[in-house]
Amino acid sequence: MHSSDLARPFDTEGVGLGPAKPRAIKLDGSDIVIRSISYITITLFALFCLLPFIMMLSASLSSEAAIMKSGFGILPKDFSLAAYEWIFKAPKQIIGSYVVTIVMTVFGTAIGLFIISMTGYALHRKDFPFRNHISFLIYFTTLFSAGLAPTFLWVARDLGLRGNYLAVFLQLLMTPWLIILMKNFMRTVPYEIIESGKVDGAGDFRIFAQLCLPMMKPALATIGLFLALGYWNEWYLSSLYLGSTVEFKPLQYHLYNIINTANALRNSVAGSNVSVTALPSNTLKMASAIVATGPILLLYPFVQKYFVSGITIGAVKG
Amino acid sequence: MSGTDTARGPKSIWRQLADSKVLLLMCVPAIIFFIVFNYMPLPGAWIAFTNFNYRDGIFGSPFVGFKNFEFLIKSGQLWTLTRNTILYNLAFIVLGNILQIAIAIMLNEVRLAWFKKLSQAAMFLPFFISSVLVGVIAFNLLNYDTGALNALIKQTGGDPIKIYSSAGAWPLIIIMVHLWQSTGYGSIVYFAAIMGIDRSLYEAATVDGASAWQRIRFVTLPSLKPTFIILVLFALGGIMHGNFGLFWNLVGNNAALFQTTDIIETSVYRMVLSQNNFTTSTAVGLYQSLFGFALVMTANWIVRRINKDYALF
Repeated sequence: MHSSDLARPFDTEGVGLGPAKPRAIKLDGSDIVIRSISYITITLFALFCLLPFIMMLSASLSSEAAIMKSGFGILPKDFSLAAYEWIFKAPKQIIGSYVVTIVMTVFGTAIGLFIISMTGYALHRKDFPFRNHISFLIYFTTLFSAGLAPTFLWVARDLGLRGNYLAVFLQLLMTPWLIILMKNFMRTVPYEIIESGKVDGAGDFRIFAQLCLPMMKPALATIGLFLALGYWNEWYLSSLYLGSTVEFKPLQYHLYNIINTANALRNSVAGSNVSVTALPSNTLKMASAIVATGPILLLYPFVQKYFVSGITIGAVKG
Repeated sequence: MSGTDTARGPKSIWRQLADSKVLLLMCVPAIIFFIVFNYMPLPGAWIAFTNFNYRDGIFGSPFVGFKNFEFLIKSGQLWTLTRNTILYNLAFIVLGNILQIAIAIMLNEVRLAWFKKLSQAAMFLPFFISSVLVGVIAFNLLNYDTGALNALIKQTGGDPIKIYSSAGAWPLIIIMVHLWQSTGYGSIVYFAAIMGIDRSLYEAATVDGASAWQRIRFVTLPSLKPTFIILVLFALGGIMHGNFGLFWNLVGNNAALFQTTDIIETSVYRMVLSQNNFTTSTAVGLYQSLFGFALVMTANWIVRRINKDYALF
């Protein structure tokens, strides 16, 4: 076994991204029409997707008075950084939330990736006699579940995890879908590589860690992104298991509470004709939303190419 | 190679265990995870048949048979929840797939690489944000005092609308928000399927004098049919399961909108968290799980008959 064989190019990242080969044919009228429609529609739809983000950013940079007077718009009105200054005037809460979320995201993604790739690797090995049993054990959980109430009672009461960050951290470590996705990715590792490792006398774990993992970068990037998104965007389990028992809420749940204080007010006057002028600062809510979301969006450009191939491979047989 | 395992015949289970102990150990963390968080809560579904109280626990609480289900059926609640969940999902599946295919086909017509990459990135963006943020954005656009929509209406001299108390408007809003969030992401699969179409089919069609529209109509669309059928069937299998985060963050506890917006998930969440009602919520959950299970099995059975390779099991 030569090391050069191990470095065989491994190309899944091209799936779905490679530009179609330009066809050497003359454009006729219908080509031009279809192509123009495509460019225009795609542009409009992309703007439709972006616009709410732009409005949110603009609102966070506007003065409260301008928003109250003329509502949210596309451009900042009466530019002001007051909302951000306000957030960081008493930064303890937001920094605490950041720390909780970052620690959970980093450790959760790392540990989750490790377990998922280990499991995906073992389940992919055709010579592993228990692969079908274990696959079924994992897959069955997507078919039938106890539902929210029994799970909640079990985790909060029997496991005693109410008010414990572990209730959130542990439950986000893996999903059946991500394990299946990893298993599908493993198919792209040629079996001879595993064989050659065996011939060289490497143990199963070493074959995994030293031969397979380095070839799995697109898979690790894709699944890592899904895990990171899961942790970063988490508010649901926090609302169930943490509530107000912890001082520092995960970031999105913190945002959820900021928003919901206002929502409670909004709902209580929804039917009447009272105008809700006493609501907490609109710009502050938008600035909090920007602060809570920013970092995960910055991650995206680095993983875009892997991400596209990742969903493609895992999509149909999910 | 000599001397290694060349023995014929079935190995004993102990031999198999010994041979694959490392692989088995590598699966242990995942096995423990699913047993602890997915299998251990299963017996708790018994709560659906009891008048549960904390003191007596799950199996000590008085048995009431199907009374919890009877209540749900008689009050009409189960019907409303089932109807809303299924109708929303149907709209999501039908409109979502049409839009995803349209976007994928148009994206394939785009030749500028930078434009493709940039527009794709913009279309993915909504998929990356938390549903809390989706709720913020909707509020930003729709609220009575400062919402962008009402700001626009006021500017043009109209009277602002109280959207957060008009139940009739919400199916449209929720469907729009869902499409906004998931179309870019969902179009990837169709786009990849288009990339996989044999280029010579297009060349042959062009030689035969097919226009661009005819190539889409007679080459691209038929080639997407298998992907479309499989995706729709699996989506139909999951039609009993709603997108909780979306509905909760858009509507939440706003009872004025429940008639048109309450789905199984939101109702169960509200029962557990704000009413501490474990019996009815477990009953609804069990009903959802069983019904959903039957649907997935049916969907998989049909997929299997179409193409065995695509079946889940």
